[in-house]
Amino acid sequence: MTTRDDALPATEVGRVDDGAAPRRSSRPKLRDGTDDPRVLKSLEATWTDDRKLIAWLCTNDHKTIGRRIIVTALGFFAAAGVMGGLMRHQLATPNSTLVGPDFYNQLFSMHGTTMMFLFAVPVMQGFALYLVPLMVGTRNTAFPRMSACAYWLYLFGGLLLFGAFATNTGADAGWFSYVPLSGPQYGIGKRPDFWNMLVTYSEATGLMLAVDIATTILKMRAPGMSLRRMPLFAWASLVTSIMIIFAMPMVMLGANLVQFDRMVGTHFFNPAEGGDPLLWQHIFWFFGHPEVYFIFVPALGFISAIIPTFARRPMFGYDAVVLSLIATGFLSFGLWVHHMFATNVPELGKSFFTAMSFMIAIPTALQIFCWIATLWTGRIVIRTPLLFVLGFFFILMIGGLTGIMLGSVPLDLQVHDTFFVVAHLHYVLIGGAVFPMFAAIYYWFPKITGRMLSERLGRWHFWLFFIGMNTTFFPMHILGLHGMTRRVYTYGPETGWSMLNMTATIGQVINDLSMFLFVLNIGWNFFRGERAGDNPWSAPTLEWSVSSPPPPYNFAALPVVSALYPLWAPKRPPTHVRGLSAQIREGLATTVLDAKPDVRYAYPSPTIWPFLAAVGVSIWLVWSIWSVPGFAWGLIAPTIAFIGWYWPSKREALEELEWEKEP
Amino acid sequence: MSAKHEGTRVGTRRELIPASVPAVRRGDALDVAELPSYAFAHRSLMWWGNAGMMTIEGVAFGFMIVIYFYLRSLSPSWPGVGAPPDLFWGTLNLVIIVVSALPNTLCGNAAVDRDTHKVRLWLTACCILQLALCVVRAFEFTVLNVRWDEGAYGSAVWVLLGFHTFNLVTDFADTLVLTAVMFKEPIEGKRYVDIAENSGYWDFIVITWLPIYAVLYWGARF
Repeated sequence: MTTRDDALPATEVGRVDDGAAPRRSSRPKLRDGTDDPRVLKSLEATWTDDRKLIAWLCTNDHKTIGRRIIVTALGFFAAAGVMGGLMRHQLATPNSTLVGPDFYNQLFSMHGTTMMFLFAVPVMQGFALYLVPLMVGTRNTAFPRMSACAYWLYLFGGLLLFGAFATNTGADAGWFSYVPLSGPQYGIGKRPDFWNMLVTYSEATGLMLAVDIATTILKMRAPGMSLRRMPLFAWASLVTSIMIIFAMPMVMLGANLVQFDRMVGTHFFNPAEGGDPLLWQHIFWFFGHPEVYFIFVPALGFISAIIPTFARRPMFGYDAVVLSLIATGFLSFGLWVHHMFATNVPELGKSFFTAMSFMIAIPTALQIFCWIATLWTGRIVIRTPLLFVLGFFFILMIGGLTGIMLGSVPLDLQVHDTFFVVAHLHYVLIGGAVFPMFAAIYYWFPKITGRMLSERLGRWHFWLFFIGMNTTFFPMHILGLHGMTRRVYTYGPETGWSMLNMTATIGQVINDLSMFLFVLNIGWNFFRGERAGDNPWSAPTLEWSVSSPPPPYNFAALPVVSALYPLWAPKRPPTHVRGLSAQIREGLATTVLDAKPDVRYAYPSPTIWPFLAAVGVSIWLVWSIWSVPGFAWGLIAPTIAFIGWYWPSKREALEELEWEKEP
Repeated sequence: MSAKHEGTRVGTRRELIPASVPAVRRGDALDVAELPSYAFAHRSLMWWGNAGMMTIEGVAFGFMIVIYFYLRSLSPSWPGVGAPPDLFWGTLNLVIIVVSALPNTLCGNAAVDRDTHKVRLWLTACCILQLALCVVRAFEFTVLNVRWDEGAYGSAVWVLLGFHTFNLVTDFADTLVLTAVMFKEPIEGKRYVDIAENSGYWDFIVITWLPIYAVLYWGARF
């Protein structure tokens, strides 16, 4: 098949196609990467979404979707935070009657489920979706319609869970929803069903985004950005995505097996009929432990992006950090049984998992040493993002130390299911994910919105949260050692736990105050903040080379990269790519290892089908909660939507044919 | 369009994969206008998306088999209730599925050659075989000799077979849609990549059936 392009010298930008071939339009061809003033206009027109409502539902721009995911996740963070606050107020005094035991069960289950499935993992993927294409120098992710569908699924799943909660059907079997408590015998009404559905939703979202992000990182890096020149955040996102691909199918499968037990009477978890409740714990934690690292590894990436900028020097030990990230990814799959030390797993197995749990500290420690070396030898500029990173060091260290304690079987058996574990996991997750996430928000907010956040409010936010967080969770270590078990809705005054519980609740109030300042900072500066300019931090990676907020096409000409920190290195020609279409949404696929330009690539246009597919899948999943035939009939709607999604439009096909060139 | 493709055998799959037109340096810029707008195998983004999809499903299949043996290891007798599944329909399915790999491969190769006629021919053949497989699969469910609610063994068998059936039917629908698309003009070059990737996905269905068949039909016999 020959195309008109064969006859068209690529160098002559804007040359008029003479229309000799059938079905070719006669508009002049505009290619990017030149000084022609029409190119920018054309890129703008090609990449900008309409402002109509329907276009709002159709968009597949990674920046818009990434922003939506981040904002939605922060909304869920706030909701789950309110639930945490309610629990703290209930526990502030003995024999409190603020909430009853049944509602308390729903509160802690919803709090954990929301924080893990609807806040922490999505917010990290949201950042990756927003930042990765900008960091690696491309115009959109590899599968933009999939990103769009993933967002809607995530939103619908979350709303469904909260809708159920609002009608007294909130998940109540803990965030890990253990059988038999969530099984057919003890699971109340439809509560566990909604939890199972949420898992299906959020894991489908996670998997779609993971494939999308991994492909973008591997195949769409700017020419010259070999793997050795890839920003560390992109490495962290790649490792996370691959981990997600291997871990999330397990819990999706498991949640469906529980659902089958509940709906059609299978016996996977029923010991009376040859099933095994412990099987669920294996399934859940095989996913659940890596999940902690889906949250933690991107956070490591944030830190490795932020520290060099504020130490004013390249990262110390780039190779070591990359290898540590990969090692963390592998090791995180060998830890799951340390959540099950109180069950009858073989003793030898316990020793193995203890050893593995200690081992995973090594790559993390290695990275911490690299960061310290970078800071030590740099010229430190203390701004709010760095402050949160330094807070991370302190808090994660404490969480890591209690982690080592919990990793050893005898100690774990003593404090299993006590507040000691609650303290540990909050130190790890708040230290390991929430502090870096705030660092990331302060760091990239100027890029995303074009405005700076207030340093003064930022510092107040940091210090109040730092103090509040420690005041809330440190006493829980002691409470746990004194025997206060998890998930109790109240306690008597004779236990002597009142004082420490009251302290923790006061800490919670300080946290609330810090979050209020954060919201104020965001809300005020979104409209009134100082203009940021392209690169307010003089940072070295590609996202800072474009305007803030970035234009819809990201880069007027795709960059060519010749150094690990392109904005800190002298420019060496070639500096940019030319020759991609300015009239259709076109990108460049490069080779995996060396990022040599390989194939031009036409992005799919925005369409309503991913939204409809998410609606269809929702109908299917909700229907299947109430009816077994619904499991089959409900498939019709999503099937139609997926076919519509794929079905080529003639206009687009003709447009793309204009630019087609055979391999 | 189809006439254009007729007889244009540009090369075998192997020759095409590594071919890359280098970008040309022009002044400060790297000119990529001469680069192809689609490519096959690992050069195409679809291949990576497809690989991700197959990994996800492969992991899920793998875990389902692990769960089968986990439950088996806890059970004093396996199958506890009833007899192992009858071999006829499952083995027939095995034969058809292995045979289906042939038109599937030919279809993939024709796609790489962008030979529209052959693509249409072999896609149609694949559709017929896949339909046959779906019919045979329905019979398989009738000879499992156990119900899903008769103990853990029955549950594992039904879910494992059901899960593979879900993939089978999904890919059948996929192939039907692609066939329809290939009979609709104009055909962009990237549709041939889709055909090649669909063919790769069918290979995955074929390959996963081998261990699942072994587990389902022989796991209860040894």
